[in-house]
Amino acid sequence: MTQSRYRDGAKKIAPIGIAAFAFGVSFGVLAKASGIASAEAIVMSATTFAGSAQFAVASILGAAGGVVSAIVAATLLNARYAPISVSVAPVFVGGPIRRLLESQLIVDESWAMSRREDGRYDRKLLVGAGLVLYPSWVGGTVIGALAGDALGDPAALGLDAAFPALFLAILVTQVHDRQALAAAVLGGLIALVLLPFTPAGVPIVAAAAACLLGWRRP
Amino acid sequence: MSEAWVAVLVVGAATIVLKSVGPVLLGGKPLPGHLTGIVGLLAPALLAALVVTQSVGGDEEIVLDARLVGVGAAVVAILLRAPLLVVVVAAAAATALVRLVA
Repeated sequence: MTQSRYRDGAKKIAPIGIAAFAFGVSFGVLAKASGIASAEAIVMSATTFAGSAQFAVASILGAAGGVVSAIVAATLLNARYAPISVSVAPVFVGGPIRRLLESQLIVDESWAMSRREDGRYDRKLLVGAGLVLYPSWVGGTVIGALAGDALGDPAALGLDAAFPALFLAILVTQVHDRQALAAAVLGGLIALVLLPFTPAGVPIVAAAAACLLGWRRP
Repeated sequence: MSEAWVAVLVVGAATIVLKSVGPVLLGGKPLPGHLTGIVGLLAPALLAALVVTQSVGGDEEIVLDARLVGVGAAVVAILLRAPLLVVVVAAAAATALVRLVA
């Protein structure tokens, strides 16, 4: 059943899709309040499709922080997608155009969801989850940018806590052996230690270095 | 062109490249043997970092707020072997409740 694994991915990510939609609305609202036009906000959600980087751009431009620092901050925040995309690379299929398009559905949540308990990635779960998250995020942005703050603050609904809960729930299924546990503890510690001292994004990228625990002589 | 358009287009292009670098350059080929151990540990390392930054991350500071209560509720739900939906909803509900009464 090839269809069913796409659908499994879509189904499993559905509750996070609701949170992504609500944050898409709040991004549209915040972008407008920061002087970003509706079309700019919508194009950003459709091309960047990464919440934290987009919020960073809106808040820096809104505070007249300058376009260069907005770009640097957002790129640092999204730098984690380089190691993330390398980790899922072997499961992508087809020609370069298809791989380019499908890779745009990679976000933290779809990537995390696509990791099976045996440690391999499932492209269909990733694509199915991404196809729920993408319209949720972009559609939410459209509504927020055009209609304004109709839903209220997603934080009041606790939706910001849905994301760490998702990552934690997936993390515990991944820690099968001592080495994975060591990588998780070390990665979490690196992020925690760097959090107060470095710009957003750096703690996550630096934490990726914990994977070097898996180094074996070639 | 407005400052915002410049930011939107540059960040959009950079992100498209970052997300596609693995699948387009390495897609379909298995990783060299000595790298599979390293790449296999990316998930636990990055997931743990995401849990930390999304639970206590602020603007270059550690912020302890209602999100932590939500993550605590998620831990309880995970220990009770609740399905993913329940874990996520428990975290959101606990956080919303704390913010409601606080």
